[in-house]
Amino acid sequence: MKAFLILEDGHVFEGKSIGSTKEIISEIVFNTSMTGYLEILTDPSYAGQSVCMTYPLIGNYGVCLEDMEADRPWQSGFIVRELAKKPSNFRSEQSINQFLINNKITGIEGIDTRALTKILRTQGTMRGMITTDENYNLDSCLERIRAWHMGHVVLDVTCKKKQFYPGSGYKVAVIDLGVKDNIVKSLRNRNCQVTVYPAETPAEEILADTPDGIMLTNGPGDPKSCQVTIREVKKLFDTDIPIFAICLGHQLLALANGGDTVKMKYGHRGANHPVKDLKTGKVYISTQNHGYMVKEESLDRKVAEVSFINVNDGTVEGVHYLGKNAQTVQFHPEACAGPLDTDFLFDTFMNMMEVSK
Amino acid sequence: MPKNPNIKKVVVIGSGPIVIGQAAEFDYAGTQACRSLKEEGLCVVLINSNPATIMTDKDIADKVYIEPLTAEVVKAVIEKEKPDSLLPTLGGQAALNIAMELEESGFLREKDVMLIGTSANTIKKAEDRLEFKKTMEKIHEPVAPSEVVTNIKDGLAFVSKIGYPVVLRPAYTLGGSGGGIAENEEEFIEILMNGLRLSRVGQVLVERCIAGWKEIEYEVMRDANGTCITVCNMENLDPVGVHTGDSIVVAPSQTLGDKEYQMLRSAAFNIITELNIKGGCNVQFALHPTTFEYCVIEVNPRVSRSSALASKATGYPIAKVSAKIALGYHLDEIRNAITKKTFASFEPALDYVVVKIPRLPFDKFIHAYHDLTTQMKATGEVMSICTNFEGALMKALRSLEQHVDSLYSSRYTDMSDAEIVQLLRHVDDRRIYVIAEAIRRGISQEAIHSITKIDIWFIDKINHLVEMERAIIDSNGEISRDLMKEIKRMEFPDKVIARLSGKSEAEIRSLRYEYGITASFKMVDTCAAEFEASTPYYYSCYDGENEVEEDHSMKKVMVLGSGPIRIGQGIEFDYCSVHSTWAFEKHGYQTIIVNNNPETVSTDFDIANKLYFEPLTAEDVEAIVNLEKPDGAVVQFGGQTAIKLTEALIGMGVPILGTSAENVDAAEDRELFDEILEKCCIPRPAGKTVFTRDEALAAANELGYPVLVRPSYVLGGQGMQIAISDKDIMEFMDIINQHVQEHPVLVDKYLMGKEVEVDAVCDGEDILIPGIMEHVERAGIHSGDSISVYPAQTLSPKIKRVIEDYTRKLANSLHVIGLINIQFIAYNDEVYVIEVNPRSSRTVPYISKVTGIPIVDLATRVILGEKIRDMGYEPGLQPEADYFAIKMPVFSFEKIRGAEISLGPEMKSTGECLGISKDYNEALYKAFLGSGVNLPKTKKMILTVKDADKMDAVEIGRRFVDLGYQIYSTRSTCRVLNENGVAAELINKVEEPSPNLLDLILSHEIDLIIDTPSPGIERSKDGFVIRRHAVETGVTCLTSLDTANALLTSLETSASRNLSLVDISEI
Repeated sequence: MKAFLILEDGHVFEGKSIGSTKEIISEIVFNTSMTGYLEILTDPSYAGQSVCMTYPLIGNYGVCLEDMEADRPWQSGFIVRELAKKPSNFRSEQSINQFLINNKITGIEGIDTRALTKILRTQGTMRGMITTDENYNLDSCLERIRAWHMGHVVLDVTCKKKQFYPGSGYKVAVIDLGVKDNIVKSLRNRNCQVTVYPAETPAEEILADTPDGIMLTNGPGDPKSCQVTIREVKKLFDTDIPIFAICLGHQLLALANGGDTVKMKYGHRGANHPVKDLKTGKVYISTQNHGYMVKEESLDRKVAEVSFINVNDGTVEGVHYLGKNAQTVQFHPEACAGPLDTDFLFDTFMNMMEVSK
Repeated sequence: MPKNPNIKKVVVIGSGPIVIGQAAEFDYAGTQACRSLKEEGLCVVLINSNPATIMTDKDIADKVYIEPLTAEVVKAVIEKEKPDSLLPTLGGQAALNIAMELEESGFLREKDVMLIGTSANTIKKAEDRLEFKKTMEKIHEPVAPSEVVTNIKDGLAFVSKIGYPVVLRPAYTLGGSGGGIAENEEEFIEILMNGLRLSRVGQVLVERCIAGWKEIEYEVMRDANGTCITVCNMENLDPVGVHTGDSIVVAPSQTLGDKEYQMLRSAAFNIITELNIKGGCNVQFALHPTTFEYCVIEVNPRVSRSSALASKATGYPIAKVSAKIALGYHLDEIRNAITKKTFASFEPALDYVVVKIPRLPFDKFIHAYHDLTTQMKATGEVMSICTNFEGALMKALRSLEQHVDSLYSSRYTDMSDAEIVQLLRHVDDRRIYVIAEAIRRGISQEAIHSITKIDIWFIDKINHLVEMERAIIDSNGEISRDLMKEIKRMEFPDKVIARLSGKSEAEIRSLRYEYGITASFKMVDTCAAEFEASTPYYYSCYDGENEVEEDHSMKKVMVLGSGPIRIGQGIEFDYCSVHSTWAFEKHGYQTIIVNNNPETVSTDFDIANKLYFEPLTAEDVEAIVNLEKPDGAVVQFGGQTAIKLTEALIGMGVPILGTSAENVDAAEDRELFDEILEKCCIPRPAGKTVFTRDEALAAANELGYPVLVRPSYVLGGQGMQIAISDKDIMEFMDIINQHVQEHPVLVDKYLMGKEVEVDAVCDGEDILIPGIMEHVERAGIHSGDSISVYPAQTLSPKIKRVIEDYTRKLANSLHVIGLINIQFIAYNDEVYVIEVNPRSSRTVPYISKVTGIPIVDLATRVILGEKIRDMGYEPGLQPEADYFAIKMPVFSFEKIRGAEISLGPEMKSTGECLGISKDYNEALYKAFLGSGVNLPKTKKMILTVKDADKMDAVEIGRRFVDLGYQIYSTRSTCRVLNENGVAAELINKVEEPSPNLLDLILSHEIDLIIDTPSPGIERSKDGFVIRRHAVETGVTCLTSLDTANALLTSLETSASRNLSLVDISEI
């Protein structure tokens, strides 16, 4: 069956339908990772977005359900050049197409993903529609696309009630803004006792559980739509309990401390982003997935200093809060998909909790 | 960290002659790195014995020593030049070994020379098997259970613990020389004995066989600050068991999930961190196909063939970045030369698939074993890029230039299904075609996988291609637009579509154009389009929009490259292509290179203004021509590969710059050429053109044996043989006619005279001959396999004048504009022309360097309309240089089991080295030394010659005896020697009882064998066995008395003196 990707600027790509045939409107972004399509599909930070994979052959090693980063895929749509017909890997349980169908995710294959990427690169992230309606009316589609807004998607992806994972080590409170499983796993691998809280849980309720450390997770959408969480985060920050924040969590903590965030032209999404630790000068390759960033000049120098920058474009990749036990990073030390180079930051978090005990 | 200010003058060691396992990739890496060092203001002193390379040009390095690559020579250069540093990681294993020797002996410390890039400690940890294993154990990186053994007894003891099969890998050898898999004790002992001898340190690693696991490579970089990045990873289609150099390789890996990908990536970082690598490094893994278990196979702490491939596959210049790291820079201080926006501290993201296929030399060694093992055999490789795997594989197959344009090219129609299954078990260069045939026969993918262990993903992709063949056949020529789109997306060439559908190529082509289905071009940008890139490096595909912007602001010239390195068409044509590109650019042209060889300088991203990484076929080139509309194309620098495209280019309306196509044809077309010779009154050996066996027999009998038989339009004398009987003619013609011949076969009277060669530039009126080269071996041995001497030593002034005169006449008659290469025979004071090539030749780089006359540059300027007189040269034969420069062929026979090593009219050498000196004998000595002949050692030799050589052998024997040699000979040679007063000991022939010749060779007491085979097909089996054993046990073996004479001359005068050094940049 034919499928069409219609961008809000009127570009139309014709391809073949994969997965569900349900018509969807979402933000269209691209990801340059060459492996890890399942982790990307199931990363809650992609809620409200359709991801164009720049690597042309997707689905080669099939689907291994234990690699999912959440219990369901969160992307609205999946855009690929060529989906593998016959996946091959000893762990594969199904094909990616079957997975998309099972999870009712709309997709399109057979389009020039590089051409699409170049459009997004030069014109910035756009909204778009994937439809299988061959008789679509472009004008009315564009009208509907332009009327669509992502909204406060964190509320869609966060857990509905708190979840507890036993452990013998530190008590860590995870504020779920759209948490990837590997964040929880990375803590549990270090014996942490982990409690995951819904995004807008009042600080008092969290503090009542007497955590040793607080983890703010990744998540989708515009950080400024998370006003309730920002308010609660500020309260947590003021307690001096060690905080480790990733991605959206990093942005919220900056906003809570008077910093500002801004939408990037086309964001950082991939597994090859170099970040430089300004203390050691060492560069690490990181997984990234963000469309917003913390504005460096908005940070109060008395409160915060930049700890990591992106080597490609110099943007803020991490913040250290002066006199505080808080480190935040824009990139994803939990990887999945992507390199494990910055996994050590979880150890740093363990040290922070050790020191403050 | 900025550049280390203490580094001002650096010695770079090159990799020496091209041999299997160490080829053009080091010229590419070395050239890129030297340019990068010069860009930093350093004085670069280069040592490399290979004159055909670009890196030995005086504009690449400041001081250039084309001298034998031995520790003594490097020491002498260091003493003369007084550098502060030595960079050993650009010249492959050869350079690393020398650097280690100098470091271990304390010489570098004594001379205050820093080893930059990778330290001696790192090299030792990575290269010494025992140290490596210990290091891996320390950091918990698994290696296959193994033990380093130094003798047979320990080997047997260890293998009894781990069981067969086992893999054997000798330490410190090239391309895994002497390695192999042993299934039983007999094989084990044979391989181990050989490996112990070949290893520089007498060590062989015996390890658990992990054949059948996935073979995965990571190209990683690390700087002094500990930052690590992965340039790319690569997956071998052929599982562990086939050397990666002989495997079909795909980048990035296709069948690894993110968990496996990251596991191995982290392991690679763990390893290079522990080894303290500073620069590029290759890490090879074996990954169990159904678990997460993996083993580290090996680590190469230097640039390598794989790093060249990774550079071309991603656009990331590993050698350049490695050189900067060696100077002290950190990765985040080095700009990404492709995007010019980002830095070297990132990981390339690919949005295409890359396939590499090795170019194996079995078309040259028809009788050799075709098996692929852990011993590399490929002489070169091709790479292709496409948006899908099927397309990339198809493009790579046709880039090989082996009469193959699809998987359908090799059918096994005469075999039963059972035989096909049997053939699948056989791991050789034909396996991919056998798999396709198995699929055609309906053999299940699972069955094919269980036999070959090739991942189902790849087999399924081959299946797609087979299904598409079927769809084309079933279409009966009625191909719909959608089907055509899909066919072209998978890169089926029009020619194949035509053949399968029963249409003509022209019909398919016009249908395709009618449908509007044409190739578009995408950019290799290192970042999957995330950032804007400024380096125009393109590949074609059929499923996307075109990215190349039309630009006609400048005059454009297209330079056709020479494709994969193979015997007969080597690195020298890349040298010519690159120099011509540079010359065009200097004269205001926009330059476009088309080539498919990832190992070469010409496919580096900043050589031409635009690089198209594409197969060199008419259809592929036409797609580029349609887009670029070049003002002209040059074909005379890219060897036969480019010449073959001439007609097609003219058909596309592209003017051929320089010598016209008709005149190229005239040189190859026997009748036209004979007319020209007659008109010029130039004699040539009598000859005929024939097509069939009967015609050939008639011609041979009319001319009288011996005759020379060869196909026209071939490389390196391929298929060329000397026939002495009807029987020979019959066999040769059958071999030649295995492939349909578009051109006739030539049968010539064979004259055993002195062979002479010239390269000349002609501007349409005047000619310029930089020098006359004379071969040491008499006619009958291919010029590429002969020792070549400049200036010619034995020619009278009269003969030289005749040669100059004939060259002028021929160049003028053929209306040559540019280069011409002519081979002559001087026989009985008469000069005969035997071959004329109106194009660049193998000797162009050599003669340019030793005369200091940049003939490619001059030829290019002539093509652009300049005149020789206006460029500051007096036309004619140039005055002789006051140096003797001797080009010595270098062979790789030990790598190709079963190959006949005796020399003849078909070229067999893979590379060459130079000996240069003001003294002829010293030049000769250096040339032998550079080619690896380092004598005497034991002063025991075997001398057996054919009857015709017996009297000459007496004098040679006498001279060897005078040098202190003890001679062993079989009956007839021994008798002749003894009768003439030369002491020689009788030794039994191979088929006679022990102790016989073979025992003598295998006892490792012999350092030289001279064995001249009888001509023709009836070559003695005995001789073949002797020569093979010589090669496989590392004994120098000569098959021509002319070569033996030259060797004697060099030995008689070498007597342990200090070698002089010649800086080429001062010539």
